[in-house]
Amino acid sequence: MTVGAPTIDPDETRTIFQRGAPGRRAFVCPPSEVPALAPAEVLPERLLRQAPPRLPEVSEPEIVRHYVGLSKRNFDLDSGFYPLGSCTMKHNPRLHERVAALSGHARLHPLQDPERAQGALELMWRLERALSELAGLAHVSLQPSAGSQGELAGVLLTRAYHEDRGQQRRKVLIPDTAHGTNPATVAMAGLVTVTVQTNADGGVDLDDLRAKVDDDVACLMLTNPNTLGLFDPNIVAIASIVHEAGAILYYDGANLNAVMGISRPGDMGFDIVHFNLHKTFTQPHGGGGPGSGPIAVSDRIEPYLMVPRIVRYDDGHFELSEQAPRSIGRLRGFQGNFGCFVRAYAYICSLGAAGLKDVSEVAVLNANYLLARLSEQGVAEYLPRAYGQLCMHELVLSGAPMRRELAVKTLDLAKRLLDHGFHPPTVYFPLLVEEALMIEPTETETKETLDAFADAVAAILAEAASDPEILRQAPHTTPVRRLDEATAVRSPVLRERLADAPREPAHAG
Amino acid sequence: MSRYTAATDDDRQAMLDAIGVGSVEELFARQVPDQVRLRGELALPDGLSEQEVYGHLRELAQRNVSTEQEISFLGAGMYDHYVPAIVDMLCERSEFLTPYTPYQPEVSQGSLQVMFEYQTAICELTALPVANASVYEGPSAVASAAYLAKLHNGRPRFVVSAGLHPHSLQTLRTYARGFDAEIVEVPLIADGADAGSAEAPDGGRTDVERWREAIDENTCAAIFAQPNFYGVVEDAAALAEAAKQPARGAPANGAGAAPPVVIAQVDPITLGILRPPGDCGVDVAVGEGQALGGRLDFGGPSFGLFAAREEFLRRMPGRIAGETRDVDGRRGFVLTLQTREQHIRRERATSNICTAQALNALAGTVYLSWLGRHGLVELGELLMARTEYARRALEAIDGVRTLYSAPVVRELALQIDGDIPALRRACADRGVNPGADIQALTGRAADNGGLLVAITEQRTRADIDRLVAVIGSAIAQQRASAAAGPDAGAPREAVPA
Repeated sequence: MTVGAPTIDPDETRTIFQRGAPGRRAFVCPPSEVPALAPAEVLPERLLRQAPPRLPEVSEPEIVRHYVGLSKRNFDLDSGFYPLGSCTMKHNPRLHERVAALSGHARLHPLQDPERAQGALELMWRLERALSELAGLAHVSLQPSAGSQGELAGVLLTRAYHEDRGQQRRKVLIPDTAHGTNPATVAMAGLVTVTVQTNADGGVDLDDLRAKVDDDVACLMLTNPNTLGLFDPNIVAIASIVHEAGAILYYDGANLNAVMGISRPGDMGFDIVHFNLHKTFTQPHGGGGPGSGPIAVSDRIEPYLMVPRIVRYDDGHFELSEQAPRSIGRLRGFQGNFGCFVRAYAYICSLGAAGLKDVSEVAVLNANYLLARLSEQGVAEYLPRAYGQLCMHELVLSGAPMRRELAVKTLDLAKRLLDHGFHPPTVYFPLLVEEALMIEPTETETKETLDAFADAVAAILAEAASDPEILRQAPHTTPVRRLDEATAVRSPVLRERLADAPREPAHAG
Repeated sequence: MSRYTAATDDDRQAMLDAIGVGSVEELFARQVPDQVRLRGELALPDGLSEQEVYGHLRELAQRNVSTEQEISFLGAGMYDHYVPAIVDMLCERSEFLTPYTPYQPEVSQGSLQVMFEYQTAICELTALPVANASVYEGPSAVASAAYLAKLHNGRPRFVVSAGLHPHSLQTLRTYARGFDAEIVEVPLIADGADAGSAEAPDGGRTDVERWREAIDENTCAAIFAQPNFYGVVEDAAALAEAAKQPARGAPANGAGAAPPVVIAQVDPITLGILRPPGDCGVDVAVGEGQALGGRLDFGGPSFGLFAAREEFLRRMPGRIAGETRDVDGRRGFVLTLQTREQHIRRERATSNICTAQALNALAGTVYLSWLGRHGLVELGELLMARTEYARRALEAIDGVRTLYSAPVVRELALQIDGDIPALRRACADRGVNPGADIQALTGRAADNGGLLVAITEQRTRADIDRLVAVIGSAIAQQRASAAAGPDAGAPREAVPA
């Protein structure tokens, strides 16, 4: 790629609003077939739009070229290794797209009568049963739109449980390794976060937990394995400390890919679990969604679950029920992200019990192999593991020695990985690890890919020792190079400037 | 080795050797306490071949009646609009389908520029200056806007029009438990009590005077829908104005207290026709995006649009893409203003949202480009003309009247002299889904006999004529059997398993 300072924007960064010409179009309106009606015949002028919205005026071929061109400016999982920690970027089988697109799924209206949507309700019920089995908890609601909404459901359920017992517990305990969604959720649910420290082994500090547990604690939100990729060895003690205080144990299922068929949150003592179908069950991530965040709960939480619920009758037919007097209500429209349910269910059908366990086994094997490769000489002295000897499905390294000894930051390493054709790991998270790199290879990657990645890291570190400036200036081969994020914040430009015909002045309102 | 893993026995041995453990089991045995290990296997069926999975899912799908198999007038929040082929084609591209949130902008310019274009389109539709890159879907977008208002002024009450979609109202109630806020509902003007002119009657609109009275210095946000759940076009400017200038003598917003945040849930497909919320004094516009090139998918995934006035920018939830330059001066895009977000701000974040609906927002952006500047207006005019045609034809049926007389755009509420579930079944038997049972959604006694009929460009004049015919004969049939004595049809005898 050429390095220099172009004075005009290349064609590829023009937006769709900067393409086309007045009068050009892709859409041909079907004939109305009914008597003509001008909106002004029905609505007074003050309720009408005064000028058409300045949407693009482009032909269909222009639209296709434009978005295909944009797509080529993305790195994606189908093109290469994407070891983004905590995101479980595993292969997305195309079978799932095919079955989701069947008209009986894709063109099924959410208010179709249950008796005419029995296949959809049965699919949802079967998915609920499978998730229940994986969680080790009896009851499931598929409704939440993503993990974060599943978390909100969980905390609101916890509140409802305590309030039903006449208790207004205000505090939620969250380890300092937790995803940011956990404390943000607690605030939305009107409760207060209390942070629990991590001990020297990377698990929950039991003394700190005991010191902070009291009868004002509603629940502990825990990710296990946690964001350090470590399964907490004290999980049984943690559960008993929390339960003795009358509090609920909430399982953030972001890392469930490590333990399917190995260990179940319900058996660990958790009352509420959320799943990320877009992680563990390989819903494509779509450039940032859609996701889906079903929850599984224990018997004592079940009365408060969201509505509608799926009910299976003894004659094998299914209904949607809103009959739940103690329910917290609904969290969104309709039944949830059904398109994601189809894909997740197809995945579970493909793999079965043994296949799902194999997923977790290989995910953990791959992560430990990569950890071993990154523990070799030439790497480990700059990127030591943050905690422990082994890991579960992901590994966390610290770039602190690299920064000290080579004057190269984790960010620089990440950017240089782009030049090697790899998506970088999650960086600067978890927060308690200095210059963190969080690497989740997933089970769908081959040993050859893991070796190539480890070799690239070693090569980059060797390069850093001789010419660190290459890293500091990286990436060099991408469609754009490092972007000025500070200016983007200081002077936000959040939409295209539409130059032509300003709208008619608005009516005073 | 299962379907999507690639580790051969040789691979596993080489990897175990490198790790320095004897078996995969040892990896777990050394990390997961024995007490919490699963004894035995998961109680799930064995895995299936790809062909078998396809066959099974196809069989399930065939037990659903899709909008390809009946003439469907179902709407009430999701609509059977035509989805152009380029939407599918572009959304299926690996480069859009399989990456995640663009954390590395140098290799995510495609997704980021799509977000920027999407934000531009949403701002243009709503006539509001800032939009985010999407939230989950419509009803939870209303609740997210309420949270923005809560963070903005901290007040304890939401004043809500009864014309809000029942799912939005129910979702807001759920979220409001977390905000420790109460909800006050303002009724619609009943038909007949209508004070409007003959040309633009008000029956079915939010009662502006009661709305004004309900709003006081403790009101956090005032929330309505445009068009409302019953299909009726609200006088949005009048509602916004009343929210900002409460009744004379009421505890003053004017004297020092800022007005509440005015939130509108809009249907984007109507925004080629209706005056946009930003021009009506609305502060935050949210809405269900499914109508813009989205599949029905039995309710999701779709996307929620979210736009606001500039002063709320730093309280917006979710991702926002912004324009900048790279070190060589080239135009580029990044995720920006991230200090609002959960991964930076944690408990002080403006929302807990992380994964949003990027792929669905891409579909919406492509769809709006396909419709284009004049297409959205033409489509809106088509919907209005067909809806008016349907209204006249349906009103002519003996036993049918419109529930409300105020103008509609693309959906209308009927009041039917008869039993709605039975009527819907009778229509379904003749291949027509006549629309949604309003009372089943709202639970309101006054909605008994209500049927919500949605028109899209896919419902032709012949389809509407067919609807009129089957509703007419279903009503006649009900009257005939009522005259003949009580119906003997027994309800299904079954108990939950």
